[in-house]
Formats: sequence, C-alpha cells, structure tokens
Amino acid sequence: MTQSHADYRLSQLDQLEAESIHIFREVAAEFEKPVLMFSGGKDSIVMLRLAEKAFYPAKIPFPVLQVDTGYDFPEVLETRDNWVNRLGVRLIVASVEEALANGIVVDDGKTSRNRHQIGTLLHAIEENGFTAAFGGGRRDEEKARAKERVYSHRDDFGQWDPKMQRPELWSLYNGRIHGGEHMRIFPLSNWTELDIWHYLAQEKVEIPSIYFSHQRRVFKRDNMWLSESDFNPTKSGEEVVEKTVRFRTVGDLTLTGCVESEADTIEKIIEEVAIAKVTERGATRGDDRFSEAAMEDRKKEGYF
Amino acid sequence: MATPENAPGKSSDNPSLDELGVGQMDLLRFATAGSVDDGKSTLIGRLLLDSKAIFEDQLEAVEATSQSKGYDYTDLALLTDGLRSEREQGITIDVAYRYFATPQRKFIIADTPGHVQYTRNMVTGASTADLGLVLVDARQGLTEQSRRHAVILSLLRVPHLVLAVNKMDLVDYDKSVYDRIHREFTAFATKLNIPDLEVIPISALNGDNVVTRSENMPWYNGSSLMHHLENVHVASDRDLMDPRLPVQYVVRPKSDQFHDYRGYAGQIAGGVLKPGDEVVVLPSGLTSTIEGIDLFDREIDEAFPPMSVTVRLTDDVDVSRGDMIARVKNAPKPSQDIDAMICWMTNEPLRPRQKLAIKHTTRTGRALIKDIQYRLDVNSLHRDQETKELGLNEIGRVQLRTTVPLLCDPYSKNRTTGSFILIDEATGVTVGAGMINSSD
Repeated sequence: MTQSHADYRLSQLDQLEAESIHIFREVAAEFEKPVLMFSGGKDSIVMLRLAEKAFYPAKIPFPVLQVDTGYDFPEVLETRDNWVNRLGVRLIVASVEEALANGIVVDDGKTSRNRHQIGTLLHAIEENGFTAAFGGGRRDEEKARAKERVYSHRDDFGQWDPKMQRPELWSLYNGRIHGGEHMRIFPLSNWTELDIWHYLAQEKVEIPSIYFSHQRRVFKRDNMWLSESDFNPTKSGEEVVEKTVRFRTVGDLTLTGCVESEADTIEKIIEEVAIAKVTERGATRGDDRFSEAAMEDRKKEGYF
Repeated sequence: MATPENAPGKSSDNPSLDELGVGQMDLLRFATAGSVDDGKSTLIGRLLLDSKAIFEDQLEAVEATSQSKGYDYTDLALLTDGLRSEREQGITIDVAYRYFATPQRKFIIADTPGHVQYTRNMVTGASTADLGLVLVDARQGLTEQSRRHAVILSLLRVPHLVLAVNKMDLVDYDKSVYDRIHREFTAFATKLNIPDLEVIPISALNGDNVVTRSENMPWYNGSSLMHHLENVHVASDRDLMDPRLPVQYVVRPKSDQFHDYRGYAGQIAGGVLKPGDEVVVLPSGLTSTIEGIDLFDREIDEAFPPMSVTVRLTDDVDVSRGDMIARVKNAPKPSQDIDAMICWMTNEPLRPRQKLAIKHTTRTGRALIKDIQYRLDVNSLHRDQETKELGLNEIGRVQLRTTVPLLCDPYSKNRTTGSFILIDEATGVTVGAGMINSSD
C-alpha cells in the first residue's frame, strides 16, 4: 500500500483493499463458521491475499474450500497447494467425482461438470455446517452480478432470490441468518478485472502459470481454443495444433478456452486487458454462453 | 512458481506499472437518480461506452435485442438492465453497481431506479456516494421527483450534487430553458444541505456536454459532465480532525513468533492516528498510548480513513469488538438515547414501542422506538406531526433508546459513526436506515 501523507489520499486500489479487508474481518467476527471458496483463479488468489493481510500476523481463521471437478488444470492445483502450504490454512476438497459416485449429484449425460459443481458445493457447505462462504465474484463480470449484495443471502436450499435481497447501506453489513441458511460473501464486489491484475502485479504473488503466454496443443470447438487433454477427446473434424496462448480465466479444463497471446508478464497482460474488446467470460467460458441469462439461472440455483 | 519476476520468457519491452497507471488513480463513487423517461440509463450507457467500459460482446447483445424489439437505434438503456425479470418488464428493480475508469479516476456508479421503491433504493445508493447525479428532462423542468431526489441526497449528506438538464436537443439547445431550471433549482437547494452544486445542460442521446463540450451550446461556459466527474475534489470531504477507530476484530496469533502480539483491527472512520498518541477506549474510558500501527507486515506512522489497520497499545487494557479507540480529548460520549432521521424500508410500518436490533459501526444491540416526532414529506419538506408511524419508503425523525451505549457522532459530522441500520429480529431483514442528529 502506498500512501501520500501530504493530503491523506489513498489510491483507488488501496481503497478497494481497505474495503475488502473490512469485509473479511466483519465476517470472521460475526459468523460462526466461515469458509473461503477457492477456485485457483486470479480472483480467489486475490481473496487469499486479502484474507492473509486482514488477520496478519495471525493465520487466516477459516478453512479454504475447493470444488474439484476432476477436470482441473494441474498448474492450478499446484498453485493452490503452494498457497495453502505457505499460509498454513486448512484445505477442504469437495470432489464432483465423489459426489457423482455417491449419488449426491446425478449425471444425466448432458450436464457439464461446471453445473455439477453447484450440487457438490451446496452439499459441502451443508455437511460442514458453513454459515458464510466467501466467493470471488465481481460486479463488473456480468449483468446479474451487478445487483448482488456484498452479503448475499441464500435460503436453506442454497438459492438466491434477487427480489428478496436486503438493502445494504454504508459499510454496515447485516449477517443475520436462520438455521440451515447461509450467506455468500463477495469481498471483491467493487473490483474490476483490471484492478485484479494491478493488485497481483503490485503484490507480486504466485498465480497459475497458465495465465501467462505459453505453447500449448489446442483444438477449436464452439469458436474457442480448448486444451488437448485425455478428459476432452477430440471429435471428428477437430484438429490439434500448437499455439502460443494464455488463459483469461481458469475453470473446468473441458470448457475453458484460451486466447492467442504473447503476454508473458502481468504488465503485458494488463496492457492486453486494457484494450480487450470482449469480456473475459464471453471470450472463454463455454458455460456462460448458453443463454443471455445463464449466470442469473445458475446463481439462483446456488452457484458461486 | 510463476511470479512477475520469473515468468517465462520475460522480454525487455515490458511496460512498467507506473506507465500503466491504473493502480494509483483515485476513486469517485456517485449515485444516479432519475426515471427511465429522464434518459438516465441512456446517459450511463453513454458514459460506459465512451470510457470503453463496455465490451463488444455486451454491445452486440444489446444491438441484437434492440433490433429484435424493432427499435431504430441501439437502446443503451439495455446495457444496464440486469436481471431477466427486469428486461422482460422493462423496469429496474434494484440498485445496480457499474464501473468505469478514465486515466484520472475510477468511478463506481450506484444506479438507482426512479419509480416504486425509489426512496429505499436511493437511500441505499446514496449512503456510500461522494456525488449525486440528478437528471431532469429539459422539456418538463423540475418535477416532484427531481426535488425528492435532491432532498434524499441532501439528507444522506452526499457532499456534491450535479443536476443534469437532459434532452437539450429537444428544446433547440435553448439557453433560457436551462436558465429557468437552474434558477428554480438553486432557489430550492437553499433549503437543503448541498455544499457543492453544478447544473449541466446535456443531451445523453447525442452526447452533448457528456464527455466533450458541445458546440450546440456555445452559451454554456462550464465543464462537460465527464470533466466535472473527473475533477470534482472529494479528498477533503472526509473528517480528518476527529480520530475514530471502531474495533472490528482482536488479532491474537498465539504463535511462537508473535507470542505476545495483541492488535485491534478495524477501518479508520475519522481523523488521523499516530504511534505515541494518547487514546481512550470506549465505552470503558480506559486510556493508553498507541505503541504501533500495522498494515499487514509493515509498521506505518499514520493511519487515516478509510484505511484498514491493526493498532497495538502500550497497556494491556481490555479491548474487544464493538469498542472504539478515540483521542483522550476528542471522543464521542457513549449514549443510549438517540435522536435520528430514519428511512423505513419494509411494508409493515414502524410504530412507537417497537423493538428492533440495531447495528452501529461494529456494535450490535437492541433498540426501542420511543417516539416518532414527525414524518418528513420529501416532496414539500413539510413535517407531519400527526402521523405516528412510518410506512415503507417514508422518512421521519425518531427517538430511540438502545440497550448498549452507541459510540456515535452526528451524521452531519461523520457518515460512518453517525449511521446505523435497524434489523427485524424475527426475519433478520434490514428494515431501516438511521442518521443520527444527536445523542444524550
């Protein structure tokens, strides 16, 4: 954090950091059993960094929960393990494959792993009795998110009802819930994609290497470059080629596309993001493209 | 590990962070008010579009929708309609937050709808705003609604106000129309607390005076809207005189390395705190001295709003969440009798004798409604002393008695230590927003 004593001004990034730290501390103080939902992506890494700062020199006073689709990028899991080990925080992995095997979620053969994460996540929250779950959602990501509160109430089915949202004034957060309900907490609500990158550059912390430009064997599907993988066999007509690419988001490997890019440093990524013409989700997330209201529907069901 | 230093293939033409700049710019939060007819969504759409905060895929989706609805032009209002139920009904149900940036500033817009539920949503949007933007249609002039919006912004102590006189293209960019609205509004504003007012003639649809000065209105010598938003001075709006730190969380690592560490974490709500300052802990009244102020792993020599810091004291005094650290000679008096303006936000009216939960800074307790002194008509500013209840979206002056003493300042002095929310204990829902006038 930089500060200028002369006029007591904080940069917008420092103000965002201060606001997010306030939210982390408020939740840790008022909720019995919080958990931080960690995807391994850049937003959840910023969340871990903010949580680290909020409670330093004490350890983060809640565990980290990751929903393992079974189709995660190995580079992302490596980064996750490095962070968890450095912070000494407890990691809970909720596996979609186990949830499928145990009948907690049912595979109809048509539903994507991303969608199966919802049932797996809700089961993990219920089973562990978590009362608050931090998510990395940002309001600039998508239209439905623009109206979501920092404290977003979920009923006992884990569902979001946009019409029943509580007014949220000043920095006074209302964390009251009834048994069986929980609160989703979005400390990064006011951050934009560019803010996230600036913060990562400023903090110089580890992020998964697939965010940086690298050589990868890819094939084209639904107008996106997807990674060659055993999880994702190519169909006839799909040709595997080698390209210089990077990922703008990290999700389910079978659905997350990469973009051709030479950006091999955060600074170059910032330049690229600043002139990007398509939103990160629109460009590379197959799961958001199915309908204009895709995100709204998944959120109502209990998505991140 | 892939960190910026050792990322693979780092080349020499790497731009520096300072060149890219975004991290160091400052922040302006503003709230917009106006109805669909005033062209508010069109204006926001234009600000987003002209500052390149809108992406091609978002614009294409809006163009497609506009076409399918048979519009002649791209309806920029569709960019800001968030939920499907709203798009279907063509209305906005809730406060939506939008983001854009120029090289000078990042902007957070709290976009509040102008129709039903307006007060509740506007109060919410205005609570965090540095600036309020009220739109009027040049053809209509000031309406009851625009006056109401100004009253709410004034009650919420939003320090800067912009009245945008929109649709100037439809009155032939006539100076006398602008002058009349300007005069009328300035006269009305003398009854309110509006420290800074700008009246800007615009056409959101054509872009006149939105980003650049319009050639259609050479008689107007002021700034364009965007220029004003970029340059309005907000740093001095904070209270830097009266140090206030509501304690949020006590940091106790209990580790070998930090065995005796005990820090009081919170966000500075006012004033400047420094190591060596003599402080008082409220409500106990115990005094101590600041040993150090930590910002993550660094010790800093000054803390000011809105920094989130951890303060260590030289004495082992008892401090817990909900307490406040202030200066010995400058501290609020703990009080259980509160006089406040309350905006009521739920269907079941507020009545005397009602009991509610109250949250003020990091303190939570219960409150009893002792009296409803008057209901404020936000259109006429008339004080109705006959009605002894407050309905949904009504604002009134209320006396409360709290179970725990509040460590508060008047809202006019400090928007953080002067505000509270009321919560229905049965449903857990936030039902009221309060701004403290005084406390005994």
